[in-house]
Amino acid sequence: MSLLELRNVEARYGPVKALHGVSLTVGGGELVAVLGANGAGKTTTLRAISGTVRRTGDLVFGGKALPRRPEGTARAGIAHVPEGRGTFSDLTVWENLRLGAYTRRGGIKDDARRVFGFFPRLEERRHQQAGTLSGGEQQMLALGRAMMARPKLLLLDEPSLGLAPIVVNEIFEALERMKGQDGMSVLVVEQNANLVLAHAARAYVLEVGAVVVEGTSDELRANQSVRKSYLGY
Amino acid sequence: MPIAAFTWTEFAQQLAAGIREGAIYAGLALAIVIIYRSTRVINFAQGEMATFTTFIAWSLMNQGLTFWEAFPIVLAIAFTGGVVIERTLIRPVENAPVLTIVIITLGLALLLNGLMNLIWGGANVQFHGPFSTRTIDVGGVPVSVQDIGIVAVSILLVGLLALFFRFTKLGLGMRAAAVNRDSSRLVGVRVSWMFALGWGIATVLGAVAGMMIAPVVFLDPNMMQTILLYAFAAAVLGGLDSPVGAVVGGILLGVTITLLGRYVGFIGSTLKLPAALLLILVLLLVRPGGLFGKVAVRRV
Amino acid sequence: MRRRLWLELSAFVVLAAVVALLPRFVSDFRARELAIVGMYFIALLGLSILTGFNGQISLGNGAFMAIGGYTTAILSVDGFYGHQVRDLWTIPIAGVVAGIAGLVVGLPALRLSGLYLALITFGIAVSFPQLPKKFDHFFGGTTGKILNLAKPPFGLSTTTNNWIYYLTWGIALVLLVAAWLLVRGKTGRAFKAIRDSEVAAVSSGISIGRYKTLAFGISAFYAGVAGSLYAIANAYVNPDVFPIILSVYLVVGLAVGGLDSLFGMIAGAALIYFLQNHADTVARWLNHLPALSLDPQKPGIPSVVFGIVLIVVMILLPTGVGGLVRRLFGPLTTRLYTRS
Repeated sequence: MSLLELRNVEARYGPVKALHGVSLTVGGGELVAVLGANGAGKTTTLRAISGTVRRTGDLVFGGKALPRRPEGTARAGIAHVPEGRGTFSDLTVWENLRLGAYTRRGGIKDDARRVFGFFPRLEERRHQQAGTLSGGEQQMLALGRAMMARPKLLLLDEPSLGLAPIVVNEIFEALERMKGQDGMSVLVVEQNANLVLAHAARAYVLEVGAVVVEGTSDELRANQSVRKSYLGY
Repeated sequence: MPIAAFTWTEFAQQLAAGIREGAIYAGLALAIVIIYRSTRVINFAQGEMATFTTFIAWSLMNQGLTFWEAFPIVLAIAFTGGVVIERTLIRPVENAPVLTIVIITLGLALLLNGLMNLIWGGANVQFHGPFSTRTIDVGGVPVSVQDIGIVAVSILLVGLLALFFRFTKLGLGMRAAAVNRDSSRLVGVRVSWMFALGWGIATVLGAVAGMMIAPVVFLDPNMMQTILLYAFAAAVLGGLDSPVGAVVGGILLGVTITLLGRYVGFIGSTLKLPAALLLILVLLLVRPGGLFGKVAVRRV
Repeated sequence: MRRRLWLELSAFVVLAAVVALLPRFVSDFRARELAIVGMYFIALLGLSILTGFNGQISLGNGAFMAIGGYTTAILSVDGFYGHQVRDLWTIPIAGVVAGIAGLVVGLPALRLSGLYLALITFGIAVSFPQLPKKFDHFFGGTTGKILNLAKPPFGLSTTTNNWIYYLTWGIALVLLVAAWLLVRGKTGRAFKAIRDSEVAAVSSGISIGRYKTLAFGISAFYAGVAGSLYAIANAYVNPDVFPIILSVYLVVGLAVGGLDSLFGMIAGAALIYFLQNHADTVARWLNHLPALSLDPQKPGIPSVVFGIVLIVVMILLPTGVGGLVRRLFGPLTTRLYTRS
């Protein structure tokens, strides 16, 4: 049974419907990608899962119905790194990390050490205001913050946005190692289809708020229309 | 501008009076800063809420309780009251423009003021505080024990608050909820309850401030109105985000106003507040965030 | 967009018609009351431009009203180099004097924002009433100055109160049109850009300093005109005529009206006038409800009523009357939500 199951999920922003019945699954320890053009509903899908936007439909997480509000989904073991990273700019790096562990009881020293292990640059800057970090460092911080919660499912929205390719590779490598260590599942929204398909086991392609193609990375890379529209060859 | 005859003893006395004044502003300023820090709202009802809880204390003491017996009861009532007010009046409009929420606090101030007039009449009453009014000699300057008590309590409160915000998880959650609600929710902070907690704490601070002030200025429904103005000035002076700033700002303001009022004849008593605000304006031009406030750094 | 334009034009025509015809149906005293509502309306228009459209909060516009009122008083009583100025002509002068004061205030205001600005402008409101007391030979001290009673000009045969009503609302309608044109034009767009994002505005080449100061000047001009009219209607000025709390009332009216809704300011003006002067009426009316026995004479009742009304109004209409009107007429001027 999958860790996360979405069946016919709909969501709207005011009068405009953004998701027209999205269905997908994420298994334990899997890295699954969500592709699509701008406005296709990728970010909305993540928001629907974390509860940031109101949605209808069946959402099952770990066999139980998914809580409706973000506070609930966070406690259930879902960490959402939103578009724009959502860093607490006025707080320090260390405080950002502490907040990541908000729902956990007990000591966080070990988790912090792990995060610093993945991202040594964060340790150097631990008492700096998060807003003064570079884009790449903020992405690392956002990821680190998510890790502090030891989530079962990590929702990542456009991690490569605005970052240099070298930095993006660093981040994806760290992601792979994290996933390997904890058996964490990851659902990644990405514009850079080539990049993410190199790391993902499966992927979904969204168009106008619904899934149009799904399959393993290899299947998608072989798919003619996907290649033309999203992979550029 | 004639400067009156100067003696060191008198200066010290004025200084002490200024510090005492300042500690009074500091108490209320602290409450203002707490609510601002946790909810980004300026609570114009802060003064009236403080007076109201002080009247409750007075009623309890009238029923035979001593100050220290009534004290924890009043604090509990204050905390509950603050939380209830936030849940009923502020929660419904959490996402409205800030000005709307501010007007609601204004309405609350009027409501409480009217209620106090209704319930306890307009008479000045004597409030017996916890500190004795006898004076002791500090290096040749007579200082009242009460004044020392007020200053000590303010400093203690600020210390406790600073510790709370810096080192506890709840304090961190409150700070996070204030600066970024959406991200806070994503990490599991119950943002709504953080706001309620902020109001509860602030109301408790106001209650303490009220009970410190009442022995000095006589308890009546309008007790806190001018003090509220000075408290706002102190909060802004110190930087609206900083509890330490509120206390430092309060004491600085108290000292400056007292000394100005005494030694600069031009100012006298009517122009004390305008003079204070002018000084604060000058300071803000140099440091727009106040003494300890952080001017937000944003990486575009 | 065209549909919205037609709606606003029709609203204006209706308003003008109501204004023109209303005095026939109401008592003379009511006309005076409505005139004062009109003065608040003018002041609120200015505040809306400053706070609603330009995002600068001011708790000191009562002081600008006072400047306008005192200018009118001084000019018409003491005169200009001995020449007493006719009260009508003092109105624009009062506006300009207040406007200049606004520009002056606007300069240091550039460094401040949000609550820091609110406090400093409140400081102005608090300080200003002290000035007439300190410089009493010029300002008339606590007793103030007494003007000649307003008379309808050109021997028009109408009551004083009606005259004041038409004068005020005539000016109000003109200033409403001016404000409306302003916010729809280049200046208005610059104001709104600054309000929404100073960083973005600067990158678009908008001179923040110039427009923010201008906004203060304009709002002070409006307040000055309102204050001037008030002085004429009152026939005297002293520090109590423009008290500290006036600035607070203006902000209340602004919020109730709906921040950046020009037409909404009428509602805001009506509310602040009504609450100040008729809290006892509301108390008496509430008395009719069973289980409530509110003796309107008891001290504190007006405050309780005023407070409750404010709270209820703002909870029910968080975006003010203007917001409500926009929601009601929204479907008529459909705007598609676009996700960025």
